[in-house]
Amino acid sequence: MKTFNYHSVKDVKEASKLSSSKSAFLAGGMTTIPSMKLGLANYKDIINIKGIKKLSGIKVSGKTVTIGSTTRHAEVANSKEIKKAIPSLSALAEGIGDPQVRNRGTIGGSIANNDPAADYPSACIALNAVIHTNNRKIDAEKFFRGMFETSLKSGEIIESIEFAIPQKSSYQKYPNPASRYAIVGVYVAKHKSGVNVAVTGAKSCVYNDKNLSDILSKNFSADAINNTKISASGMNSDIHASADYRANMVKVFAKKAVEAC
Amino acid sequence: MSKVSLEINGKKISKEIPDHTTLSIFLRDILNLTGTHVGCDTSQCGACVVHVDGKSIKSCTALAADLDGSKITTIEGLTTNGKMHPMQEAFKKLHGLQCGFCTPGMVMSAIDLLKNKKNPSDTEIRDWLEGNICRCTGYQNIVAAVKEAASKM
Repeated sequence: MKTFNYHSVKDVKEASKLSSSKSAFLAGGMTTIPSMKLGLANYKDIINIKGIKKLSGIKVSGKTVTIGSTTRHAEVANSKEIKKAIPSLSALAEGIGDPQVRNRGTIGGSIANNDPAADYPSACIALNAVIHTNNRKIDAEKFFRGMFETSLKSGEIIESIEFAIPQKSSYQKYPNPASRYAIVGVYVAKHKSGVNVAVTGAKSCVYNDKNLSDILSKNFSADAINNTKISASGMNSDIHASADYRANMVKVFAKKAVEAC
Repeated sequence: MSKVSLEINGKKISKEIPDHTTLSIFLRDILNLTGTHVGCDTSQCGACVVHVDGKSIKSCTALAADLDGSKITTIEGLTTNGKMHPMQEAFKKLHGLQCGFCTPGMVMSAIDLLKNKKNPSDTEIRDWLEGNICRCTGYQNIVAAVKEAASKM
């Protein structure tokens, strides 16, 4: 790993001020550190934001669950409040990586990285999340822009993620046996306003399958999507799964998720 | 350079280190605590697992500077008065290792499991050890060793 200047900051303003086009914010470091070791990324400055107290923690109100950006996966997985309000969200956190990754990795880091196979982006889409940054609020639908790309601007820091508590929800994934990243993951959430079917791992970026969402909004049953054809166009194809296979898995896991709701 | 103060296996240590020093390099190259192994060096294999403030983490993917002020336990810190930890005893007794490269990480990870679950099932042990890879494929005896240790701890 090439060297850099390490900064540990105590507030968001300081972090933002130190940032530049050659810097990265460090939270859990579960992607940032391996990326630097592999030479995929190099930074002049690493700005550790874990010392900013207000970025960590879980708040549950009547309608929403708000999770601070530096909250670790293990905290979300073990939170009694989240287990009660949105059990599928704590179950998702429990399925990320391995125990050591869950002890370090953070929700903010996961969504800022927007890995096409990451779990949390699907939760943001399915649960109508609002991403709170130091400058603005961004709807999840507008936040995830493409492969490893978000609408965050330089120096912008995610402070928290606010999830709407659904009536019913379930996240089901086919995990890569080695990494536990989703080969295909489907997060189904039934809200008063309608159903979301968020898909991760299948394409270059998480997306809401509008067709499945519409069908399930009218008839919330696994049988309702039995005859729905999922196009393989735009699906990822790699050594783990072909595009056609992934397209089929979207339907299989959407049905599983509806049944598990 | 950053000044880092840590408590390692009960001993307070302060050092001036380059900013990009990972905890695994700090332990092995600077403190000569080579019981913590580095396999993949990208947080997949788990040979480098240590405890930081009581929780297991992969030391190859944590900056030492980031852990300033933490309490760290490595495999070297498990023995008391020359007596092995029950988990180490169980790995020895039940041949929970072949080449032994992954063992420090397995032992540290398994101890963290027993902190949260006193009598884990085979499935729970295997799920927990997801992030620890043994390339001798000796998992059968590793799981048996963790169960044995659970009965003794």
